[in-house]
Amino acid sequence: MIDYAWLIPLFPAMGFLFNGLIGRWCNLDKRVVSWVACSALGLSFLLSVLIFFSLLKLAPDARAAVPDKILFDWIVSGDLKTAVGYKVDPLSIVMALVVSGVSFFIHIYSVGYMHGDSGFTRYFAYLNLFVFMMLTLVMANNFLLMFVGWEGVGLCSYLLIGFWFERDAPANAGKKAFVVNRVGDFGFLVGIFLIFVHLGTLEFNQVFAKAHLLTPVTVTLITLLLFVGATGKSAQIPLYVWLPDAMEGPTPVSSLIHAATMVTSGVYMIARCQVLYSMAPVSMGVVAIFGAATAIYAASMGLLQFDIKRVLAYSTISQLGYMFLAVGVGAFSAGIFHLMTHAFFKGLLFLGAGSVMHALSGELDMRNMGGLWKKTPITFWTFLMATVAIAGIPGFSGFFSKDEILWQAFSSPHGHLFLWVVGAAAAGMTAFYMFRLTFVTFLGQCRATEEVKKHIHESPPIMTVPLIILAGLSVIGGYIGIPHVLGGRNYFHEFLAPVLGGLPEGSGHASFSPVKLAYANGGVEGSGGANLEIILMVVSVIIALIGIGIAFYFYIRNPEVPKRLAQRAKTCYTIIFNKYYVDEIYEASFVNSTKKIGNFLWREFDDGVIDRTVNVVGGLMLWWGRILRKIQTGQVQSYALGMLVGAVVIIILLIR
Amino acid sequence: MLSSVPPFYYFLVSALIFIIGAIGVLVRRNAIVIFMCIEMMLSAVNLSFIAASHYLNSLDGVLMVFFVMTVAAAEAAVGLAILVLLYRGRGTIKADEINLLKW
Repeated sequence: MIDYAWLIPLFPAMGFLFNGLIGRWCNLDKRVVSWVACSALGLSFLLSVLIFFSLLKLAPDARAAVPDKILFDWIVSGDLKTAVGYKVDPLSIVMALVVSGVSFFIHIYSVGYMHGDSGFTRYFAYLNLFVFMMLTLVMANNFLLMFVGWEGVGLCSYLLIGFWFERDAPANAGKKAFVVNRVGDFGFLVGIFLIFVHLGTLEFNQVFAKAHLLTPVTVTLITLLLFVGATGKSAQIPLYVWLPDAMEGPTPVSSLIHAATMVTSGVYMIARCQVLYSMAPVSMGVVAIFGAATAIYAASMGLLQFDIKRVLAYSTISQLGYMFLAVGVGAFSAGIFHLMTHAFFKGLLFLGAGSVMHALSGELDMRNMGGLWKKTPITFWTFLMATVAIAGIPGFSGFFSKDEILWQAFSSPHGHLFLWVVGAAAAGMTAFYMFRLTFVTFLGQCRATEEVKKHIHESPPIMTVPLIILAGLSVIGGYIGIPHVLGGRNYFHEFLAPVLGGLPEGSGHASFSPVKLAYANGGVEGSGGANLEIILMVVSVIIALIGIGIAFYFYIRNPEVPKRLAQRAKTCYTIIFNKYYVDEIYEASFVNSTKKIGNFLWREFDDGVIDRTVNVVGGLMLWWGRILRKIQTGQVQSYALGMLVGAVVIIILLIR
Repeated sequence: MLSSVPPFYYFLVSALIFIIGAIGVLVRRNAIVIFMCIEMMLSAVNLSFIAASHYLNSLDGVLMVFFVMTVAAAEAAVGLAILVLLYRGRGTIKADEINLLKW
């Protein structure tokens, strides 16, 4: 079964070719298009599940050692030998499962959501292409093929953000996403070059096997450059600016690409390169600090937004920050765990937002919503489940993954109390803004116009069924990784351990930590760390509950309070409401200075030097021509005179 | 008898005829006269060939003269035909009035 892993990305590729070529040319019926697109994804998902189970049957150590499935040689040039090959190991199969699974449900949802759109076929062709590229990214067995997927998802992101390209805003947002990603991709590419220069290979297995040959400085440089790529793709400080604008695309796209899958590829990449990162503590620190900073920074921006999708976008950036915090402190499997649960609940949140927009004739501003829970019960309950999950309420998936990250941020050898504090504060903010969103959207009085009110309706089953399934996953998704202190067993962690390293099977969650020694009091070895973990867990839950409580107080009990508060802290409010003016600062510094350089080069260098040189040369020729053509008088006798004089001169020269 | 005249005189006469022809080509207006002057230049060259051939005891020069005469005959045929057509078309065969081929 494992031998057929290469079929997983191939199905969406075939779906793309079919829909993109035949579907567009022959103007196929929407039903055919959607069946092809969804069944391609269904097959991929099914195959991922089958391969997952055949991988489970192997011994834990053998799972990581499954030979790569090489399809064909791709680039063979001197020392550079690159094959198109797919890797099957616990990490890539988890990613393939998440990607193909979530994509499958979002495809089904899209059939309903995009029903009336004239670009229906184009949409599904792009979406299939995206999944193909994403699966190539996560299953590639070398850096170059991974880079192909990396760029491919960037391309699809561009195409789908600008899907409604007739309007200016989506077209510009697509461009912005593409350009900002280019900055990150540059770093990523240079990192790959460095790997090749120093190790002479790009294949993951060989690179990681030879990694010990690298000097510490080189490893640090490589990992930092790779992280630059990750900040672009995964919307971290300082390259996060494109993600909020990316919400101009269709909502299922925001759900699939800009929440569940593509933006997490940076986390996956760092987890895949954990051998390199483990050798570079400086890079790990950088990753963790940027992750924590992004987590709290983006969460603070999410507090005050009114656009329902933008709140979710900032939330996504913030949650991605958590994942980077996790991989930065060395808790790679915790990062991947959060990646998975986040894909469930954030995908669901976006789909729910799409369902709300569907009900409200495309309304995005939550100030014009409210009281929807009676009219759209399925959307409300599923949305609520996702909200509870992301807020980290015990029993829901977000709790397990987020709590593991917070604990690791504190206890791991790379961790620090400060990182925990930042993470916990961001968690409180997350709980606040998510419940604010839910309360304002679904509870209270309906503030929509009468015209819109009449049309409020629950979405059709083709949209609500994916919502329900994802809601189920958001609830139970966490139970595969229950912390040991709660008496559970972290199956997820154990499954990934052969690739990502970490604890040997069965050892305690808390007991390996060095802080255990520092914090364990009274000499009861082992229990001190566990006690501490429980204490921190309780604290973070309390923080989340406080966030929810504040949201409840502000938006249900006493809706006047936030306005008064905003009045009192006007400066602070304005700054945060305007997203710290980062877009404006970037506009003024990078964008404008680039434009100025471009203008200068255009006016001064291109016009002034290159064009002028060409024009002067051409002008000289013209001038000469104008003078010399006077010789050609049409008088045969003057030509004859010229010939004679020439002949005489030649003869004189010859006989002299 | 021939041998009593030094070759220098032959070449002198030849050069004089050639120069007269060349000046005629350059200064005369009538195309037929120009044409005749060209024939004169060719004849001057022929004279040099013959003289050189005689004094060098070689037939190469004579051979060359036949070629020149053949070419001159062919040229006369084509050239006169051109002149006839020119006269029909433009009503003149004055060289300075036939100056269409210019910038």
